[in-house]
Amino acid sequence: MSEFDPVISGDVSHLAATSRSATRLVWARLRRDKVAISSIVVLAIIALASIFAPVIAHLVGHGPDTQYLETGLSPAGIPLGPNRTFFFGTDDLGRDIFIRVIYGGRISLLVGVVATSIAMFVGVVIGLVAGYFGRIVDTILSRFMDVVLSLPFLIFAIALVSIVGPSLWVSIIVIAFFSWATVGRIVRGQTLAIKEREYIEAARAVGAGDLRIMFVEILPNVMAPVIVYATLLIPSAIVFEATLSFLGIGIVPPTPSWGNMLAESLPFFQVSWWFVVFPGAALLVTTIAFNLLGDAVRDALAEGDR
Amino acid sequence: MSSVPETAVNTEVILQLDNVVKYFDAGSRGLAKGHRQLRAVDGVTLEIRRGETLGLVGESGSGKSTLARCIVRLQRLTSGRVVLDGVDISKLSRRDVRPLRTKMQLIFQDPFGSLNPRRRVGSIIAEPLVVNRRGKGLDLQQQVQELMRQVGLNPEHYNRFPAQFSGGQRQRVGVARALALRPELIICDEPVSALDISIQAQIINLLVDLQNEFRLTYLFIAHDLTIVRHVSDRIAVMYLGKIVELADSEQLFERPRHPYTAALLSASPTPDPDALRTRRRIALTGDVPSPLDLPSGCRFRTRCPRAQDLCASEEPSLEPRLGDDASHPAACHFPLGDGEIAQAETP
Repeated sequence: MSEFDPVISGDVSHLAATSRSATRLVWARLRRDKVAISSIVVLAIIALASIFAPVIAHLVGHGPDTQYLETGLSPAGIPLGPNRTFFFGTDDLGRDIFIRVIYGGRISLLVGVVATSIAMFVGVVIGLVAGYFGRIVDTILSRFMDVVLSLPFLIFAIALVSIVGPSLWVSIIVIAFFSWATVGRIVRGQTLAIKEREYIEAARAVGAGDLRIMFVEILPNVMAPVIVYATLLIPSAIVFEATLSFLGIGIVPPTPSWGNMLAESLPFFQVSWWFVVFPGAALLVTTIAFNLLGDAVRDALAEGDR
Repeated sequence: MSSVPETAVNTEVILQLDNVVKYFDAGSRGLAKGHRQLRAVDGVTLEIRRGETLGLVGESGSGKSTLARCIVRLQRLTSGRVVLDGVDISKLSRRDVRPLRTKMQLIFQDPFGSLNPRRRVGSIIAEPLVVNRRGKGLDLQQQVQELMRQVGLNPEHYNRFPAQFSGGQRQRVGVARALALRPELIICDEPVSALDISIQAQIINLLVDLQNEFRLTYLFIAHDLTIVRHVSDRIAVMYLGKIVELADSEQLFERPRHPYTAALLSASPTPDPDALRTRRRIALTGDVPSPLDLPSGCRFRTRCPRAQDLCASEEPSLEPRLGDDASHPAACHFPLGDGEIAQAETP
């Protein structure tokens, strides 16, 4: 960040006077950030691969759950390492690890994005209500958030799954349930500060109702930290999903997910390194890309704040 | 130099304040026993006539802004009545107050804090119209741009954010928002005190022009007497939650009765150097007492150069003094005679 760059240097009032909207400003700053751009590119590739997984499978000619007993295993039944037909090698059942990693990405991104969206929605609404109405409403909701945050995630998840059985949607709900409370706290704190601003009084003076004040006047002012937190929440949800699947309480095999692929690799990885390296690397790269992007967004927003 | 002589001020009362009281609970934390009350507004009775500008002056902490917020029902009264156009609005529910808000609007002091930084000025100005269902789509945009024109903003700047405007322009946005519902009464809460001197005059002139054009009534709150004098037909002086003197603008400046008014007058700058030389400054000693712990009797006595024993024991009522007529009451046991200057210690 050079001092001579007019957009990045300190005089924000001048900057605000020459520019358009906050969103565009943030985007302009992100575009200058090489790390952010690299993360976006990596994530775009992963997202495209996930979306077009069936197309890739068709091109390669391998299905995610199909066992290639003839071509995928050695005559002695030993899984093959990476080669021209199986880019990432095969697993002990003769399945194509490359295709399974790509299909696993669908699950990871789906869980990450959906769970984060649910957590954000619930967290924003509950945080706004708690912060705006205050008093007894705030006390009840805040204590509830404290309780959620103090529950042991894994024990709760294992207990729940042992009752309702594992599935994709149970994983999403469990992850969202353990993620919204932090969003709620952030929004509540911001709302407490924003609702004392004079423009809130001004809205009330022209006759705006509570809902309008909460969602039209306050919400846009609390979104910045929520967006940052959301970009950081997606990778943690992906890791949560991997953890659940690894423990056998997440995605049910044979549907591939990075977590259950890692779990299945356990008896073999000492001899067949590709079992663990490829799904592990996919998880790592995705998580790091999201985290770096989250940091970049936070920096861009921090500069935008007056 | 009242600038609105042509606006015939009739005697119809548009807003009547009847013993308005607003106490805040200062809490009883820890071992302190009982509730401590902050007496922000402590029994204000005032009438505002249709078409006039009533100035309200006082030091910071005198309760001016709280009174303004009580009038527009941003604060609930502790007791008393606020009667707008014959309707007592102080006891109405929030929902029932809504239609009446269209008759009465507020201009805020801080042109930065009173505009939402994340909304475009077009939508800020449109807010009162949208909330009260006074327009949609293209019609709404035309109304907003007409308002922007009326307050001297470029209508093409509809889509800009508040941060892209200067302080004076932002205050014009605030004026446009207050004007949107075509109210009859506008309460101006120190509308220019956050602005540069050069900009102050522009906003004042805008307010005066709008008053003439739309026959508005103003309650004009300020701590600067010179500005109030310029715009007001009558002036009320407030000290620690009470009105201590009320008079026609000229009369208040020529014949202040309350020593506090005299002190405020002597503290405000005069453009005439001769008058400045002959004038004795009355420096008030000490700070404003805490509204948590008011002095007995007259609340000004702790700083008053004329205070005597009576002032500590008996609170003076707001009534005409020294043969003034009913339009000029003052709350002082020992009011100043014509041309008399409050005894100051050495200047």
